[in-house]
Amino acid sequence: MNPLTGYLLLSALLFSIGLAGALLRRNAILVLIGIELMLNAANLNFIAFWRYGPNPSALTGVMFTIFSITVAAAEAAVGLGIILAVYRHTKTTDLNEMTSLKG
Amino acid sequence: MTLIFLILAAITIVGTAAAMSFRNPIHCILGLTVGLVGLAMLFLHLGAQFVGFTQIIVYVGAVAILAVFAIMMTQGGRRLTETATKPQITPSLLVGGTVAGAVFAVLGWAMLGRPSTAIHSVQPVVSVNQIGQLLMHNYVLPLEIMAVLLTAALIGAVILAMPQERGKR
Repeated sequence: MNPLTGYLLLSALLFSIGLAGALLRRNAILVLIGIELMLNAANLNFIAFWRYGPNPSALTGVMFTIFSITVAAAEAAVGLGIILAVYRHTKTTDLNEMTSLKG
Repeated sequence: MTLIFLILAAITIVGTAAAMSFRNPIHCILGLTVGLVGLAMLFLHLGAQFVGFTQIIVYVGAVAILAVFAIMMTQGGRRLTETATKPQITPSLLVGGTVAGAVFAVLGWAMLGRPSTAIHSVQPVVSVNQIGQLLMHNYVLPLEIMAVLLTAALIGAVILAMPQERGKR
């Protein structure tokens, strides 16, 4: 088992933890954090493949991770804004109680 | 598979698992912070210094704080825990755990099932200078698109979170 396999297994475990959190938690903020964890698992994959790949001097994995982190930050800001806006209507962040699209 | 990797992987997994299993959302964010710091250390260990420090600045410095603010703004008066506090095996827990476990099993099987190929084990030397050159030459269009995206996200988040009917509240 080479080092790359270890990193890929860790990334898969991180993804599964994030997926379980996004599926199981009922607090909308924690579901968003589960999605962030899944994005982070993808970032770890990019960096590990860049480090152990055939052409690390091209820096492709690093570039992709930088852009991915940027998109994740924008997503977190807009997602938490949406949660605040929904909370103002429904007075809850519990996903089980958000059953109506009408404000 | 060095000792450093095992320690950092343990920190990351324990932190993120705590973030997804604690009942108090504030404790979840603390666990998330620990996990993300472990992940940033893994990036540093892999030789990607810029990404590691960006991870710390963006996730630990911004996203975690933003999540704490959102939790405090949405649950100020109430008790900060989820409503049904009894840990019990519900169908949703069973289904969600099964799906996540199946995803991990398939990914692990795909990784361990094939023979390990030769990898390049020379630690690449990457400087911030190189990253800046690439960002300004090869990747200048994605960089500009990112700038537009961040501006749109900033404006959108402010508009979404702004109170609309000021007189009624």
